[in-house]
Amino acid sequence: MTYSERARQLLASSHASEGDTVRLKAGGKDHSGMLMPHHDFSHPDVIVIKLKSGYNIGIMVDDSSELNVEVKAQERYSKAIAPSKVSDLPVISFLGTGGTIASYVDYRTGAVHPALKAEELVATVPELTEICRMRSKVVFSIFSENMDVAHWQELAGAVAEELNSGVEGVIIPHGTDTLGFTSAALSFMLGDVPRPVVLVGAQRSSDRPSSDSYGNLLSAARFCVNANAAGIFVLMHGETSDTCAHVHRGTKVRKMHASRRDAFRSLNAAPVAVLDLDGGLKMASQCHPKNDVKVQADTRMEPNVGLLHFYPGLSAEAVSRFADGLRGLVIAGTGLGHVSRDLVRGLKNLTSQGITVVMTTQCLEGRVNLNVYDTGRDLLSAGVIPGEDMLPETALVKLMYVLGRTDEPDKVRELMLTDLRGEISERREL
Amino acid sequence: MHQLTCGIEIHQQLDTHKLFCSCRSRLVEEEGNRFRRRLRPTQSEMGEIDRAVLAQAERRMHFTYQAPHGVSCLVEADEEPPHDADEEAMQASLIVSAMLNCRVMDEVHFMRKIVIDGSNTSGFQRTALVAVDGHLEVNGRKIGILSLCLEEDAARKVETKDREVTYRLDRLGIPLIEIATAPDMHDPDEVKEVAQRLGSMLRSTRKVKRGLGTIREDLNISVPDGARVEIKGAQDLSLLPTYVRNEMERQRSLIEIRRILRERGAVPVPVVAKDISALLNDSRSKVIRSALSKGGKVFCSALPLFAGTMRSADGKLRLGAELAQHARSRGVAGIFHSDELPAYGITVEEVQAIRKELCLQDGDAFALCADAADRAEPALLAAVARANQALVGVPEETRDPLPDGTSVYSRPLPGAGRMYPETDVKPILIGKDRLEHISQNLPELPEERMARISREYGVNEQQSRQLVKDGFDELFEEVAKDRAMAAVAARTFLSTYPELMKEGVDLGSLTDERVKEAFAALSAGRFAKEALPAVLKELANGSGVEKAVNALGLGSLDQGEAAGIIDMIIKERAEFVREKGEAAVGPLMGVAMKELRGKVDGRQAADLLKERVQAFLKG
Repeated sequence: MTYSERARQLLASSHASEGDTVRLKAGGKDHSGMLMPHHDFSHPDVIVIKLKSGYNIGIMVDDSSELNVEVKAQERYSKAIAPSKVSDLPVISFLGTGGTIASYVDYRTGAVHPALKAEELVATVPELTEICRMRSKVVFSIFSENMDVAHWQELAGAVAEELNSGVEGVIIPHGTDTLGFTSAALSFMLGDVPRPVVLVGAQRSSDRPSSDSYGNLLSAARFCVNANAAGIFVLMHGETSDTCAHVHRGTKVRKMHASRRDAFRSLNAAPVAVLDLDGGLKMASQCHPKNDVKVQADTRMEPNVGLLHFYPGLSAEAVSRFADGLRGLVIAGTGLGHVSRDLVRGLKNLTSQGITVVMTTQCLEGRVNLNVYDTGRDLLSAGVIPGEDMLPETALVKLMYVLGRTDEPDKVRELMLTDLRGEISERREL
Repeated sequence: MHQLTCGIEIHQQLDTHKLFCSCRSRLVEEEGNRFRRRLRPTQSEMGEIDRAVLAQAERRMHFTYQAPHGVSCLVEADEEPPHDADEEAMQASLIVSAMLNCRVMDEVHFMRKIVIDGSNTSGFQRTALVAVDGHLEVNGRKIGILSLCLEEDAARKVETKDREVTYRLDRLGIPLIEIATAPDMHDPDEVKEVAQRLGSMLRSTRKVKRGLGTIREDLNISVPDGARVEIKGAQDLSLLPTYVRNEMERQRSLIEIRRILRERGAVPVPVVAKDISALLNDSRSKVIRSALSKGGKVFCSALPLFAGTMRSADGKLRLGAELAQHARSRGVAGIFHSDELPAYGITVEEVQAIRKELCLQDGDAFALCADAADRAEPALLAAVARANQALVGVPEETRDPLPDGTSVYSRPLPGAGRMYPETDVKPILIGKDRLEHISQNLPELPEERMARISREYGVNEQQSRQLVKDGFDELFEEVAKDRAMAAVAARTFLSTYPELMKEGVDLGSLTDERVKEAFAALSAGRFAKEALPAVLKELANGSGVEKAVNALGLGSLDQGEAAGIIDMIIKERAEFVREKGEAAVGPLMGVAMKELRGKVDGRQAADLLKERVQAFLKG
């Protein structure tokens, strides 16, 4: 909620702006303090001020309220920051996307400012300068839930450019909600990269002393420098304790908890590496070694692809409406990859119209197998492609990628069944 | 000018769910799952972070947490955002605000107050200013209330080992009402009165926890020419005047030390330490030998013109103790200073050697510290820095209360707390209607309750006043539902309890539930009222009522059994009884009670004895 007309006018008529020291007369009382931003959930007639003690309070204003600015806010200034020291440490490129993985608090107003530029990153996480030289670029600045295919394409281009300039690695601070989608998209669009590209996020915002962002950022930098591994990776906390970070393959990783630090897990695969937060590195699975091949971002994508989570009672009619205008559809089916009999017929209808349908499992863990039960066999007959052990989200991104370069049904089927970027595992160990 | 200026801050735990989740607010023995975290200082503005400070902070700030089941969840583990503030806790804080005549905020906003000692997993404490500008009256004097806040309690420190601190999360998030009074108290005993009065007002909401540790007081104390010193977290109300007196004494002695030092022309001492390990290689001092044998060092600093202030002959000047406390805050066991040497195995010769090494004159003092080199030197330097503060006067600081009524240095007074909004918690609009409803339905005030208890239960006014003051009123009323128990209950809480405490019985472990069981058993005639103190003692040691009664060999006798025992006693002393006649009852009562105590009510025993003696005499 924003201010009511009454509150807005009171502020406008006194030319008060956030950070000003004001005197507010309301409800027969005098309040003195610093004008704060309006809280989203505050009453529209409430003006928030910060008292000298540091506490914010909300004051209800009415038509008789008066507000006077006593001291205008001082211009906020950032101290000049010394440029990164010249050193022969490897260069890592930081590509900002808008997550507030590193930020600093203006304790005066309570505002949290993201640290986007390299200098700002250095200032918030100075230990980075002991690991690498940094350069940075802000590609865009949005919440990760607002990302779409066009953002992935833009980011892939930026990553390719950085890699081709010879950096030791690329680190992409990213909001965690859609981190797994972006890592899959970069994996497909960039192919075999010569260096590590590490997406990293934080589950606790960096204005808190308990934030996981510092440990994750430092570990990402250490992984880029110390591991002989090229590829698209995601790095996040390995457990609730601040003990280690896990590095995941970009196509096998999923956010599995709404809020925990260790929300990200590799599914149907082991993590690529484990880093203890003091710097130790243990590789846990095979990776491409670093090399000097140039990379080209192939950003062709078919955005008209959908993902549906099957549930009991989901009607063929609803699915067909959803699929209207789509060229591909990924279903997260039950168990081994099943849907209702009604929907099998519906999906057959879609495939016969030339829409590619890929089946994954909403169990997430384990492999789709359409040979075991009648329903599975019927799905195969209906032309549905079994998505192996791909995550539904990865299958979605892959289908966009595949349909972005071919219309040929057989070719599409072949590519969907081929492991292109580590998205399909042959084996799953106990 | 007042000889004392004192304000108190009272922290009272509420008996509701936790403030920001649905966990129970209860301390438990269970350790539960463990996890480890680091905290790091966040910075306020760009470029302010000092690399060295950061490194130091990083090394120190590793914490282990125990997360017991039922009383902690992902919220306490800082793995889930806080839920909306507990409605019941909010209501309690509004009721108390109204009772203290405070002005409540139109809209209450929760803040994050940065705390990086590990006691909050998030690195901040959530706190909201609920009300301001109130007052209460104590003995006819008006004491101002500056503020009332609703905040979350911190995690409980359970272990400190090798710079690693372990906290348990059961206490984290328990709602606390924090009330700060104005510095309106000028008499140590008044401090206790005010704290008691606030306590009984809080209890009258029936929403607060009772028992040791559920209410904690911070005392802000200064004397003329002294400085504001905060004694933080005192739990025993009866000690408050002692803390205040001792602190007044301490500040006055520091003012005297400053006068002496200035008179001598003392100037700030260079904050340096000299390695004198070689001088003490053959020392017989246990402390020094132990440090050196582990590869440690002995550091020493000169304190020119400080002799006699470290510890004066009459013990009144004790700057040395202040230095030692600062050194200890850096992780060493302590220091030695020249006013207390030779002693502790350090010989006259060694003292002379040290004085020579440091080129000291008469009137100069020194301090030394033996430990691992990376600990001893910084600790001694901290002590020297403290010595220099003596030239300025009383330093503002936070001190920890000790059970003997004194206090020790813990840290400098915190600056204006770094606070910023807790954006995860919705602000709470407090409507006029709600406040109106609260003020029309205020709980019974303490004095109303005193009068009512006296009236309803037939105890005298002094007893009812004391019951309310000492916080026994609620339990008393429950126990005295059986009116026959009223007199004995009042006596138990007001006389027996202090006696048991004097005997060293840990009444803290005597839960209300147990006490109620004991009275129920008494009321049912399971034992006689004379046995109640012994039963309570057993209960405080962890026994159940049944077990206590058996262990004490109680269990009421019926009239026939008791008569049998008495007849036996009379028979054994037949000659004496015949000689004395009915007058034998008096002397025999003691003998009889030895056998019957706790099994038969005293008055009944007397009646029975008289009756049996008469029967005996009649032949």
